[in-house]
Amino acid sequence: MREHERADATGSPIDPRERYPALESRVDRRSERFRANDEANRRSLERLAEALEKARVAGGERARAKHVDAGKLLPRERVDRLLDPGSYFLEIAPLAGHEVSGHASGASVIGGVGIVSGVECLITASEATVKGGAMSELSVVKTTRLSDIAAENGLPSVSLIESAGADLPNQSKIFVPGGRVFRDITRHSTSRAPSVCLVFGSSTAGGAYVPGMSDYVVMVKKQAQVYLGGPPLVKMATGEETTHEELGGAEMHARVSGVSDYLAEDEHHAIRLGREIVAHFAWEKRGRAPLPVVEEPIHPIEDLLGIASSDVRIPFSAKEVIARVVDGSRFSEFKPLYGPELVCGFAHVHGYPVAILANDGILFTASANKGAQFIELANQRSIPLIFLQNIVGFMVGRRYEEEGIIKAGAKMINAVSNSTVPAITIMTGASYGAGNYAMSGRAYAPRFLFSWPNHRIAVMGGKQLAGVLDIIQREAAEKRGLPVDEEKLGVMKQMIEAQVELESDPFFATARVWDDGIIDPRDTRSVLGICLSVVHTRPVEGTMRWGVFRH
Amino acid sequence: MTGSIEKLLIANRGEIASRVVRTARRMGIATVAVFSDADEALPFVREADEAFRLGPGPADASYLSVARVLEAARVSGADAIHPGFGFLAENDAFARRVSEAGLTFVGPSPEAIAKMGKKREAKAIAEAAGVPVVPGYAGEDQRLEAFREAAERIGYPVLLKASAGGGGKGMRVARSVAELEAAFASARREAEHAFGDPTLLLERLVERPRHVEVQILGDRHGGLVHLGERECSIQRRHQKVLEEAPSPALDDALRARITDAALRLARSIGYTSAGTAEFVLAPSGDFFFLEVNTRLQVEHPVTEGVYWGIDLVEEQLRIARGEALRFTQAELDERRAGSAIEVRLCAEDPSAGFLPASGALDDFHLPPELRREPWLRVEAGVEADSSVSVHYDSMIAKLIARGADREEARARLRHALGQLFAAGIATNRRFLHALLAHPAFARGELHTGFIDEHLAGGKIEPPTSDARARAAIVAALVLVALRDAERAILPRLPSHFRSHRMGPERIELASGDVRDEIAFTPERDGRFLVRSGAIEARAELVRLERDDAPRARSIRGALTLSLDERRLRVRFAVTASSVHVHLAPETFSFARVSRLPLRAGAGGADAAVAPMPGKILEVRVEAGALVERGSVMVIMEAMKMEHGIEAPRAARVAAIHVSPGDQVEGGQLLVVLGD
Repeated sequence: MREHERADATGSPIDPRERYPALESRVDRRSERFRANDEANRRSLERLAEALEKARVAGGERARAKHVDAGKLLPRERVDRLLDPGSYFLEIAPLAGHEVSGHASGASVIGGVGIVSGVECLITASEATVKGGAMSELSVVKTTRLSDIAAENGLPSVSLIESAGADLPNQSKIFVPGGRVFRDITRHSTSRAPSVCLVFGSSTAGGAYVPGMSDYVVMVKKQAQVYLGGPPLVKMATGEETTHEELGGAEMHARVSGVSDYLAEDEHHAIRLGREIVAHFAWEKRGRAPLPVVEEPIHPIEDLLGIASSDVRIPFSAKEVIARVVDGSRFSEFKPLYGPELVCGFAHVHGYPVAILANDGILFTASANKGAQFIELANQRSIPLIFLQNIVGFMVGRRYEEEGIIKAGAKMINAVSNSTVPAITIMTGASYGAGNYAMSGRAYAPRFLFSWPNHRIAVMGGKQLAGVLDIIQREAAEKRGLPVDEEKLGVMKQMIEAQVELESDPFFATARVWDDGIIDPRDTRSVLGICLSVVHTRPVEGTMRWGVFRH
Repeated sequence: MTGSIEKLLIANRGEIASRVVRTARRMGIATVAVFSDADEALPFVREADEAFRLGPGPADASYLSVARVLEAARVSGADAIHPGFGFLAENDAFARRVSEAGLTFVGPSPEAIAKMGKKREAKAIAEAAGVPVVPGYAGEDQRLEAFREAAERIGYPVLLKASAGGGGKGMRVARSVAELEAAFASARREAEHAFGDPTLLLERLVERPRHVEVQILGDRHGGLVHLGERECSIQRRHQKVLEEAPSPALDDALRARITDAALRLARSIGYTSAGTAEFVLAPSGDFFFLEVNTRLQVEHPVTEGVYWGIDLVEEQLRIARGEALRFTQAELDERRAGSAIEVRLCAEDPSAGFLPASGALDDFHLPPELRREPWLRVEAGVEADSSVSVHYDSMIAKLIARGADREEARARLRHALGQLFAAGIATNRRFLHALLAHPAFARGELHTGFIDEHLAGGKIEPPTSDARARAAIVAALVLVALRDAERAILPRLPSHFRSHRMGPERIELASGDVRDEIAFTPERDGRFLVRSGAIEARAELVRLERDDAPRARSIRGALTLSLDERRLRVRFAVTASSVHVHLAPETFSFARVSRLPLRAGAGGADAAVAPMPGKILEVRVEAGALVERGSVMVIMEAMKMEHGIEAPRAARVAAIHVSPGDQVEGGQLLVVLGD
């Protein structure tokens, strides 16, 4: 509602928004670079839209039609109806399995965070139109990631189950790691974050332990089938002749076994019951409340498509990004004159205080030291960290080794590793080498990590890697006194460059759940807002305990 | 002559009670309202200085109970009673009982009431006073032969009427002997049934007649004046629905003749207080006496509109106090200026033969800037949240506009009606708006059959489907704005934000059998791309203003929004089951379609529930009957429409929980199905 801004403007004389100065922007929208970036980024977004559409249709139009004809809601419809009207849905890893051989785009699971009966919940839904919702090993990876989000942030979870269980031909890749799924549910329960399981269809064998382990179970009449072994297996094992409904129907579980707590007449009723259950949690967010007054950035977020370099070798200004993401474009910069390649400072996003670290060039000793100090400050005040990652690496060279850039890098990695405030990482460009680690890459367990479509990730760039290879090969040939086979080296360089290019593509990364998804840069502010709201489910508590710093 | 009135009891309800209270207060007179259980929450009860409960809703246990009204006067210490109109206003026995109790009756003498109460007697008095009466027969001989002879003498067509009646009951038109014979017996039966007296009279039927009446005012000192005429030709079911002053059919000469006739008649019976002599005016200019109403009329405000500054209730109270009239006829004639038109807003469905409606008002609102206009007068007996009960007349409010001339008054009233938002029950608002817009009405070409001739008996065209579809978009935007305003988590996040743009939000609204599905795609600038059918627009919510009190029956207020380049400020009212929006001059009402429709009943048995509040019209199944999936089990009326409640599956009916005529809440169990 537009008028809110005007109403807010007549606020108290001590307006919190006045605390930080607003960033200025020097973006030239008519420049060639801006227009080229904008064009290339829009092309990448089209590619993203196509990939998402493929994930949306999941099992294909025929499988969907069959599902709908059976009188069932499509998995995404189930999720939509479970959510409060107007609620956001932050989808996690929607492109898991994208173009990975043997996997469906989306990895047969839909998952994310949304609001159910006023409570932020982690929601998972079986993509029943793909192989009956059977789990692949990437499904396990994705499910585990979703479960981590619930556990780390203390979110209640709601799962909408209709799954044929493990994808049997791939059982070897699933069986052992898959066990964690059930352990997570009950560990989660111990931490007082309830789990609700709505069973819409098959949930058998191992899968039967999803409802089995959940705190609340709803089964849909004449649809849910929950048993350890189906009629054929039972007949083989004991000779007993039974039907699916007798073995694991919703009525039996609601009236006889007690595996189900509620009997739903149909899918709508099941979703109503799910919403009703969440409503009775008497849930309260225990984290810091955001400021009541939220200003939109003064610079248009649309510009991000022209700002973000489509070629990650060309740097772009981190402050231009910050100015389009934070409340009122207001930013209190820390140590602006020291180690300026790492921009650090405080701001608010959707009213939540944040401490931002953003790359504005490669990391030097000073900038790494500054980053470590800043992370300590954020922990002292229990302020969540936001990393805007665009890093080709740490500076190399004799001078830098001498001044101990390794010590500085180690200091920053130490700080990132031991920090206990939630971190949210956005991959805005390059993510090469140890820079990935220092800037809270995936292995450093940020609460959320999203990528822009122009992003590239690898140990180093393809061209650099090929160049390094070239030098090593020539040195080796020289050592042996042999001539360089230029043709062979050329082919080798081309191959390695192409391979690195492919593997550092954000779609390659997101398909393997290296991130939580590729987002439109223009949604960055909204996505950060959701992440911040989610991390405040529990109190944010920074630490003052660190590993030994090498000074 | 009592000489003073200190505390006035108003033996009436609704808008007239409020109106009398206002004048009494201005005169320094304390007021007592009386009310039935059905009316306890209506504004008039709290507007009076004190109030007294008469009894349950039905009128004979409350407003028609002479004993209870007198008890109220005794308990409250009132020294005068104003009867308003209807109920006990023209009951001479009541007037007498009031006097006997030592109280002042604000109205004419019981004798005058009694004389004018019977049509045949009144007609004879009129004839004796030299007032023209419709040629007819009002003889003692009530046999068919006598009527047949009289009809031959007067000439067809003729009208048969109940002698004791009014309001069109027992009235029959006969254009031939055969029709007369056919109508006679049933007219007597209806008269007997309605008034306890089968006596009929017969009159020549004036074709394309106008209804013109003269307001008179007489004091107890022989003073008698008229305040001109009112024309009340626009009628439905023989009841007035629009009145105006002056009549566009009268010139000064005719006005002089007709007002003279009224004064002659009043003088002949020594009439005191306010009264009205009603006439039929033929296209030829001949007029005939109809009856005298010995009370204040519903339409008295149009007279007050052209005699600006005169308050007929104040004059009634002064006369009752024994004061002499404060103005001469010449002074009144001097004062008369301009034109005024009144419409009666009724809870009724014009498209269903003006069938009265009951229920609760989800909103009743007129823009405050309009209410402040000096040319507009609103006499409302209801407000938002009021219930309209089945026990009383369907009129819930009157709107009166004044103008320098008729055309100005007409334009103003039409505009005001277009701005009025009365949601939740059927009203004749839209019909009245169409009536005021009709060219024949604008030309003043009125007669009592106007509605049948020009407005298809009330069946006016509904809004176009395109208008409905656009209104549905606005209604859906209201729902979005309301829920977004209540968002506790990330209130500034775009509504329905999807990190991966996996499809729009859909809101479904129903009006009768028509469904509108509105798809919203939020955009980053806070706007929405809205699609519904072939319509596509960019919408922006600009400002939400709510003015519902805590525990009001609806959420209501105004939403300012943009649809493409258009900026609208829309009045709305939303309940759990419905959403109403006013896109002046139209009001649109939609039923909200649940995202999670329930077909399950209590206790796990399949059942049919009412989709929204309404009234059961018909139950088509019996317990034990077998029903097919989709077969209609119950028909209910809701949101002005009939809805068939279908069986969700083939089953045997286990139990039926409603019967025809029942009022049901949304979600209420109607039929339980077995296996």
